Amino acid sequence: MKKKILMGSHAVAEAVKLARVDVISAYPITPQTVIVERLAEMVERGELKSRYVRVESEHSALAVVYGASAGGSRVFTATSSHGLLYMYEMLWWVTNSRLPVVMAVATRAIGPPWNIHTDHNDALTIRDAGWIIGFAESVQEAFDMTLQAYKIGEDKRVLLPVMIALDGFILSHTSEPVLVPEEEEVADWLPPREPLPFKVEPGKPFAVGNLGPDNVTMELRWNAWKAAERAKRVIEEVSAQYEKRFVTGTSSGLVERYETEGAKYLAISIGAWSGDVKEAVDALREEGYDVGLARIRYVRPFPREELRDLLSSVRAAVVLDRSVSMGHMGILGSEVRAVSERTPVKNVIAGIGGVDVSYKDFISILRGFVEEYEAGLSGEWSVAEWYMPWVTER
Amino acid sequence: MSLPRLAQGRNRGVMPGNPACAGCPHTIGLRVMGRVLGDKAVLVVPAGCTSIISGFYPRSSLSFPLLHVPFASAAAVASGLRASMDARGEEGVVVVWSGDGGAADIGLATLSGAAVRNEDILVVVSDNEAYMNTGIQASGTTPWKALTTTSPVLGKSEERKDIALLMLFHKAPYVATASVAYPIDFAEKLERALKVKGFKLIHLHSPCPPGWRFDAGKTVEVAKLAVETGAWILWEYMEGSFRISPQSKPFVQKERRKPLAEYLKLQGRFSHLRPEDVIEIEKKMEESWRLVVELEKFYSRS
Repeated sequence: MKKKILMGSHAVAEAVKLARVDVISAYPITPQTVIVERLAEMVERGELKSRYVRVESEHSALAVVYGASAGGSRVFTATSSHGLLYMYEMLWWVTNSRLPVVMAVATRAIGPPWNIHTDHNDALTIRDAGWIIGFAESVQEAFDMTLQAYKIGEDKRVLLPVMIALDGFILSHTSEPVLVPEEEEVADWLPPREPLPFKVEPGKPFAVGNLGPDNVTMELRWNAWKAAERAKRVIEEVSAQYEKRFVTGTSSGLVERYETEGAKYLAISIGAWSGDVKEAVDALREEGYDVGLARIRYVRPFPREELRDLLSSVRAAVVLDRSVSMGHMGILGSEVRAVSERTPVKNVIAGIGGVDVSYKDFISILRGFVEEYEAGLSGEWSVAEWYMPWVTER
Repeated sequence: MSLPRLAQGRNRGVMPGNPACAGCPHTIGLRVMGRVLGDKAVLVVPAGCTSIISGFYPRSSLSFPLLHVPFASAAAVASGLRASMDARGEEGVVVVWSGDGGAADIGLATLSGAAVRNEDILVVVSDNEAYMNTGIQASGTTPWKALTTTSPVLGKSEERKDIALLMLFHKAPYVATASVAYPIDFAEKLERALKVKGFKLIHLHSPCPPGWRFDAGKTVEVAKLAVETGAWILWEYMEGSFRISPQSKPFVQKERRKPLAEYLKLQGRFSHLRPEDVIEIEKKMEESWRLVVELEKFYSRS
């Protein structure tokens, strides 16, 4: 185990290197670019024995790694925002082919206006495409989750693609100390990818993806659904195993519980700003507010049971959303509300387009939420609240 | 290569009973591919007629292993498969079998990327000059004036693009045109292409009976007339040398060509042409010939 100072992008690249991928393909987009620049450098310097395919679009990047993964190779790609949307069709093709492709997404707002800063709309917009979607809180976690993604996606019970989201700039371009396991240790923990049940090889006629009866399509979706459900268990196993072996200090499982023991009120968040929410929770606890945080680590498969459990033991919850579905509410907000049985859930939309939200803002949001509930105002939470303190006229 | 030798190949490419239309040119192309590439190839097939021709699960009509892939992705998927085979030390030829839409239109950027990277893949564009699988809509390679379901009255108002020349100017080491009427020529071009390491593209002319509106028994006749009237030029570029193929060579001389009208009159898609349109098409054809002849001269100097 080595301790290195790495920025998020380089940490992801280190993880990919340790996973000994065979084929890498990507198209540049800010803020993801640094990940694949680092990988290209590793390949050209001979530090990493991978093939690096320089493509002309993100659609092709995912198509290249799809082809390589179908050929049995371990693969990696990365993107952000518009690049992820440009991949959209291929995302489904990869899932429906049940290939364990791993992709990092440095989250970024979707234009117009052009904006390179983080929000979560890009990664959450693809939540129906069948990928396992993890959100990292720290650089260490981005590293750990990337490495674990191979073990999770390639598990025979799963065989689904995995996307690891890290907030653009906030994680991708910020340096933190990272515990990096030794190559041999990782090689022992993460053996080479097992062969697919089928093989596309010359001389053996075999069609992948040809027309079929409608019921076959439905049965294949059902199989993928079951795999996504099984993935919950696999994520728990793999992350716990990893933490036990490498002790990097990040959480495991689908949800991290922070000060939830005995909490009467619950904040729910994903991604990097969860660190700021934790600070706000600490400050409010000192003031006597019984607030805790449930940080969702994986939004797909969605931790229904864990959240239902957490929600049932609190008076009310607030979902801090860095994404929005127009005409409805925050994406995370609607996901959480769908699993809450009786607990009222408030939804606050903040930080869209990378607007900075500090722990002080979270203190104000959480305090307001508790006070509203105690004043009996939770009936007014059906519509999401936009947190924009600089807008004075509403 | 001779016809009897070509017919001897064990791999038939495409099986009888497949769901292709009567007189389908793709099945001719696929048969030649089967005989020549036989057990060496893996096919990557984007959306198009071959998505249907290849048959219905759990059966497959093609005697190749194949990956069906999204419309615009074929050359990239093939690149990934190639990279994977190289990484794992596996042998084989990765072939993209595509229509004009998948190669020249929606998939053009993807094809361009693969050509620029000089990927060691073979792309065969079986060009039936429109989006036939979705019902005969005009494509980038549909000729000027041709009637399609999206140019149903006046005919296509735009020029057709030349995908083979586009690939030549990507500095691909092997680019050729071929025709389903000349299976030996196509087979020999496939064989030569296989000897070249890097990006190879063969643009195969594939007249489509329902799409062009001619009798299903005349596919080969129409394809042959395209060459004999000079409307389709067979040529081959291989690592610095550009040659008009022997089947087309006589037609460099205009007077040796059959009258263009013989080719056009067989096709319902040209039934509305006025005499001045035919003269205009002849002019465009002449320009294509002039360019190809110049290219032959240009590359013979080097």
